[in-house]
Amino acid sequence: MRLRLERRPQPSALMVYASPLIAVALTALIALAVFAAAGHEPWSALVIFVTAPVADLYGVGELLIKAAPLVLIGVGLAVGFRANVWNIGAEGQLALGVISGGFLALHFGVGGSPVLLPAMVLAGAVSGALWAAIPALLRTRFNANEILVSLMLNYVAGLWLTYLVFGPWRDPAGFNFPQSAPLAPAALFPILLEDTRLNISVLFALVAVATGWVFMARSFVGFQLRVTGLAEDAARYAGFSTARAVWIGMLAGGCTAGIAGVGEIAGPLGQIFPTASPGYGYAAIIVAFVGRLHPLGILLAGLLMSFLYLAGDSAQMTLGLSSAVAGLFQGTMLFLLLAIDVFVHYRVRGTPAVVPAPAARPVATPVAAEAAT
Amino acid sequence: MGAPRLELRGIRKAYPAVVANDGIDLAVAPGEVHAVIGENGAGKSTLMKIIYGMVRPDAGDMLWEGREVLVRSPADAQRLGIGMVFQHFALFDTLTVAQNIALASPARGGVEQLSEKIAAVSQRYGLPLEPDRPVYSMSVGERQRVEIVRALMQAPGLLIMDEPTAVLIPQAVEKLFATLRQLAAEGCSILYISHKLEEIRSVCDGATVLRGGKVTGVVNPRLESTATMARMMIGAELPEFHHRDEVAVTETRLEVTGLSLRSDDPFGVDLLDIDLTVHAGEIVGIAGVAGNGQAELLAALSGETMADRAAIRIAGTDAGHLSAAARRALGLAFVPEDRLGRGAVPELSLTENALLTASRQGMVAGGLIRYARVRAFAERCIAAFDVRCSGREAAASSLSGGNLQKFIIGREILQQPRVLIAAQPTWGVDVGATLAIHRALIDLRAAGAAILVISEELDELFAIADRIGVIAGGRLTPLRRRRDTNRDEIGIAMTGATFGTTADGGTRAAQA
Amino acid sequence: MIDMAAGILVATVVAGTPMVYAALGELVTERSGVLNLGVEGMMLCGAVSGFMASTLTGSLWLGVVAGMLAGAVLAFLFGVLAISFKANQVAVGLALAIFGTGLSSFIGKKYVGQTVVLEPSALSAALGKLPLVGGLLGQVHPLVWLSWVLLGAIWWFLYRTHAGLVLRAVGESPRSAYALGYKVVRIRYLATLFGGAMAGVGGAYISLVYTALWTEGLVAGRGWIAVGLVVFATWRPGRCLLGAYLFGGVTTAQLFAQGAGARVPTELMSALPYPATIMVLVLISRDARLIRLNVPASLGKPFHAES
Repeated sequence: MRLRLERRPQPSALMVYASPLIAVALTALIALAVFAAAGHEPWSALVIFVTAPVADLYGVGELLIKAAPLVLIGVGLAVGFRANVWNIGAEGQLALGVISGGFLALHFGVGGSPVLLPAMVLAGAVSGALWAAIPALLRTRFNANEILVSLMLNYVAGLWLTYLVFGPWRDPAGFNFPQSAPLAPAALFPILLEDTRLNISVLFALVAVATGWVFMARSFVGFQLRVTGLAEDAARYAGFSTARAVWIGMLAGGCTAGIAGVGEIAGPLGQIFPTASPGYGYAAIIVAFVGRLHPLGILLAGLLMSFLYLAGDSAQMTLGLSSAVAGLFQGTMLFLLLAIDVFVHYRVRGTPAVVPAPAARPVATPVAAEAAT
Repeated sequence: MGAPRLELRGIRKAYPAVVANDGIDLAVAPGEVHAVIGENGAGKSTLMKIIYGMVRPDAGDMLWEGREVLVRSPADAQRLGIGMVFQHFALFDTLTVAQNIALASPARGGVEQLSEKIAAVSQRYGLPLEPDRPVYSMSVGERQRVEIVRALMQAPGLLIMDEPTAVLIPQAVEKLFATLRQLAAEGCSILYISHKLEEIRSVCDGATVLRGGKVTGVVNPRLESTATMARMMIGAELPEFHHRDEVAVTETRLEVTGLSLRSDDPFGVDLLDIDLTVHAGEIVGIAGVAGNGQAELLAALSGETMADRAAIRIAGTDAGHLSAAARRALGLAFVPEDRLGRGAVPELSLTENALLTASRQGMVAGGLIRYARVRAFAERCIAAFDVRCSGREAAASSLSGGNLQKFIIGREILQQPRVLIAAQPTWGVDVGATLAIHRALIDLRAAGAAILVISEELDELFAIADRIGVIAGGRLTPLRRRRDTNRDEIGIAMTGATFGTTADGGTRAAQA
Repeated sequence: MIDMAAGILVATVVAGTPMVYAALGELVTERSGVLNLGVEGMMLCGAVSGFMASTLTGSLWLGVVAGMLAGAVLAFLFGVLAISFKANQVAVGLALAIFGTGLSSFIGKKYVGQTVVLEPSALSAALGKLPLVGGLLGQVHPLVWLSWVLLGAIWWFLYRTHAGLVLRAVGESPRSAYALGYKVVRIRYLATLFGGAMAGVGGAYISLVYTALWTEGLVAGRGWIAVGLVVFATWRPGRCLLGAYLFGGVTTAQLFAQGAGARVPTELMSALPYPATIMVLVLISRDARLIRLNVPASLGKPFHAES
């Protein structure tokens, strides 16, 4: 019985919803294997892995506060991905948010103005968008691949932030550690829930989900972006501008990543580190895909990814595994999702084994004689 | 009489939506030119792919020289001695003729020896070729010669030719037939796939007729008339096109003056000094073999490529510099050659595909989509143009070629355009849908629209066009009224004779 | 003065060598029509595997082999998804990069910060005795001049052998190649595996010879730069080498500028390769005709053999 893939006449709606779930389940299986290899009893390790992070209210708060930037960035990136515009520079755009928001916070924080926080958020949005505008411009003007350009800019932004924190912004009272002074209270996001670190950045995330949903499902521009991503020739035929799709796609991600950057320093971190982001820019890509590029799906996927981060941290304490295990599971989940996604458009068919008949001789014709000389 | 060279027994192949081949029997004798006749969608292509190993049948046997064989891939087919000349050539543009042929039969003696062999074979069969020319610089007719020589160098016992005359000017068709007769006389069998009954009667010894996946007749075309073969092919008489009413021709709706455009694509064709007018109430047809600038002209007219402001005027307004969206706002509608991927997005539903170009029909308000209106429009389109589908939410990819084309044309017509441009409107479409589409275009003409049809099918143009011109090498001949010209004249014009060239179509690189 | 020039040249070549391997490997992959963006992940896994193998066995060459295998395994995973399952190659490549990064961090955790001390190469010592070229050859590791041999071999393969012609044909039109009887899927897999193996060697070179240690972020984006270099080279091997050494030169500039006492922040110097890559990319990409004439026409598109 030989198996092969046959294209479905219509994409399977069932698989569209089922494949992320299957991917998660398979990742859990792999987790079991990893735990067993590390010498633990797999099932109880999995239970601990899954329950420890959210065992108390503080844990839930952590879950939400870590999910917020992932969801926020994820929605922004999804707008672009839908249009086949690949913004891989969210990490750098987030860093720009840290830099611009941090600049305002460090220089105007002590004054305590109520305008400071909105200004920081705005600065984050604009600076992230500007950083994303570079690959957008280079793609629309020079046809340069936006994946590579936005990626290169990640490293540049990261180094810029490192320079600032090791240099001009280093906390004089910080024992020479590479970190800034703690941000003034006026530069911090208000906390929503007592005894947790949950702050208003979750509201930003929810607003993004709502806006994203309306934009993608009901707006004409959203439709145009979808068509551009599905069939570029059709988009051109219909008169939809590919250049505009590139700009909107890149800037949406840049904006949201910049705001998320401000959210990190004005939130759980409370000061500026060179590693302000534990790879949120890349994790958000995974969130966007696992969430099926749909705002509601991204909301769920963001919670899941945030959960993996927390579980990875706690796994270090409870299971003695390195926190890198979170990154490993995230990458695995994405891989598995892409593999299972194939069944949305294809199904498996078996062909019965056939016994080959003996091969026949080729025929001798004058043409054959001609060609053989 | 010995065993047939190739015999098929009970071949069956079913796809999710349709049974392409349903119990097909076929026999080809050595040295016979055997036609496989059927309209688009009858199952001819699938059958050929099965013979050539590109598709696996669900049931049935294949016998070669009387012995059962299993062909699981093109490599197996070639080993048996089956060669195929594809409708859409299997060539590599950036490689030379010799390299293309070397890929089919690895040169044992090296490239020089191969070049000599190529020269010998092409001489023998009257198919002149230059081994060192890169394929992208060759015309469509020349490329077909490469395809054929390549197949011949494999020493085939059976040569399959898939719609070979679709890309040839009338004069080249005769040359091809001479080659085929020579091959057959030498003992090579030929399977000739076509739906052009006249040609088949002129060159084929036997014919198997397919309809709806089944064999409806095995005949000698020389003893039949086109009428009897047509009856087997479509179950009825070939429809005669009714003489149309004269329609008063009024204002100029589309005016092209001195349009010259250099192609961005190094493999493309430059347009040179094109003049064209289309009036309200008339259909203008442009004939020409593929690769003579049709794609470039269409892109310039639709707005996908920019031209000089005044070179193109739509309903009296300069439009050469306008985007595709802006031209639609002026009343231009366009039906492209590629249905899936350009005229419609395969993954989207018919409803959403309606939104693709008809959004200006009140479907968008305040930036948001009014889905109720979109759905209503899609329903109207499906009903008015008899689109067979599982409903307006069906994905475009699930429709047959003919039905999707009816939907796309319907979508454009329902927008009541002032100018409609249609490229290859009935390519790959079954006879029933072809009729419906032609009728729809005639009705639109009567309603006062200006229509431009670009087509490779002379029959189509002579059936519906009021005036006809020919595009050759990027230039357009002056338009003639249909009743003032005939197929021979048009055929000669297609060779480029009007412009003093002998190209039967060539890329700019070739003209350089 | 000559010494200084020679020193810069050697440093440039040495710095550029991992890129030569990775870019040449990706070039072969892309010539078959497959776009594998996961080079960064493959290089990282090659680096960590090589490091681990050498630390455990004490042999550099076993480390290189381990790196090659690691790269090939990851490339195989990519192939399953992108070639057999026909998934979107860009998405799978990204996933591979992310997965490879995570996997290498996880596996290499206990080796972070360690260095590996290996015997100086006897081969290099022998070559160093040659007249004229000995001066250069003796100073560099065999993997450096082996990369030149690789360049020659790939050039010969692509333009002088039948198999190379077939590869180029597959990249241009897999449909036509399949119709001629070639096993497109198998050819694409082989090209992809080769690319992965070379990326693995490039990574192993970094962890074993160039910096001779393992840490997260060791490759620092060089895998991505390698992908860009292939575009810069318009898919021709010779230009790949040029691009790799240009990059090597930019990297070296940092060291020499600091050595010459220039008061520039280290981060700025470290950042130079990245905008340099962007500029180079823009320079080539803006010429649409050049790209159209050289790009393997089927690059990035999944191949569906008619079923």
